Amino acid sequence: MNNFKVLVNGIIKENPTFVLLLGMCPTLGTTSSAINGMSMGLATMCVLILSNLIIASIKKLIPDAVRIPSYIVVIASLVTVLQMVIKAYAPDIDKSLGLFIPLIVVNCIILGRAESFAAKNGPIASIFDGIGIGLGFTIALTCLGAVRELLGTGAIFGFTLWGENYGMLMFVLAPGAFLALGYLIVLFNKITKKA
Amino acid sequence: MKKLKSSLTNMLVVLTVITIVAAGVLASVNAVTAPQIKKINEENLAAGIKAVMGSDDIQVSDPWEVDAFTAYDINDKQGNLLGKAVVTTENGFGGPLKVLVGFNTDGDILGYTVLEHAETPGLGAKAGEWFQDKIIGMNPGTNNFTVSKDGGEVDAITASTITSRAFLRAIQNAYDKIIAGQDVTSGATQQASAADMGTPDVIE
Repeated sequence: MNNFKVLVNGIIKENPTFVLLLGMCPTLGTTSSAINGMSMGLATMCVLILSNLIIASIKKLIPDAVRIPSYIVVIASLVTVLQMVIKAYAPDIDKSLGLFIPLIVVNCIILGRAESFAAKNGPIASIFDGIGIGLGFTIALTCLGAVRELLGTGAIFGFTLWGENYGMLMFVLAPGAFLALGYLIVLFNKITKKA
Repeated sequence: MKKLKSSLTNMLVVLTVITIVAAGVLASVNAVTAPQIKKINEENLAAGIKAVMGSDDIQVSDPWEVDAFTAYDINDKQGNLLGKAVVTTENGFGGPLKVLVGFNTDGDILGYTVLEHAETPGLGAKAGEWFQDKIIGMNPGTNNFTVSKDGGEVDAITASTITSRAFLRAIQNAYDKIIAGQDVTSGATQQASAADMGTPDVIE
């Protein structure tokens, strides 16, 4: 598989949200608006690329029986370092992303890709897989957030289209997340299965 | 290079090395970033205090703490007491709701800012703007500082009564504990008794 294929694979064929259905907790929890969904996606992508790179580089040194605890230590350290660096040097990003960064540790996409891709492929291919899966996740979360924000509050990315008086409040709350996700998966399958 | 075998020694050594390296990296990053983070937090707080007191020409005292409240005495540059800024926390709808609120010497609200919250976006998360034109100038000691649904004088955020109640309670508690409880002005005792009589028990 060449690197470009790996990249596209992450966005469409193995889209973590619409196809693999991984990382549902942040998907449902953080997508109450388009900007929140995109922020979560980008933060996850950043960690995913780094964790894939590190794990692909050190995989030969890790005995199989202890690989999961080793990966978890690597991922958790990475997330903590990222959180501290962002807090210290990019307080503006921290304001919008700060809430989501600790959530990344428990995102099973990261461990899933470490296990199913980075542990079997080289560092360069693993970076591309991180970018692909990360982009797929970001796109999916942005779409979901945009749909929920639009139906729930009548705005998109904060720009009001028809005002929140005509919004369906339910879509901002938890039940709307499940409904919107379900319909988006239907739509995604419809488009990709035909092509 | 061949992959390491899962022998007991290998596993012990690898896990130990990984955790030591991770701990080392975390400790060194923390050592570099901690002072910077502290500085940013202090700057944010200072900017917040200026915003809620509605003035740039202020001197802020060292914080003093009563129970869960952190209060700052605010003087102008000449040393006249302007009032107090209080950090107060209450359980909101989605988690702790942390509010910084500024009072003048009479206990009137000069301004507020929401420092931390986990309220629903599009609903309770609007608390940061919603109450700006509603509670400023009010006095929790004399005004009925509850939502109109509970017979009070403040309009709750639409569809977010729980957040609104928590928000008002946070400020009321700050007033009761810090402003009414302290002898800051000659009217302090009057205010305290007004607070006792005029405020219904907002905790349901």
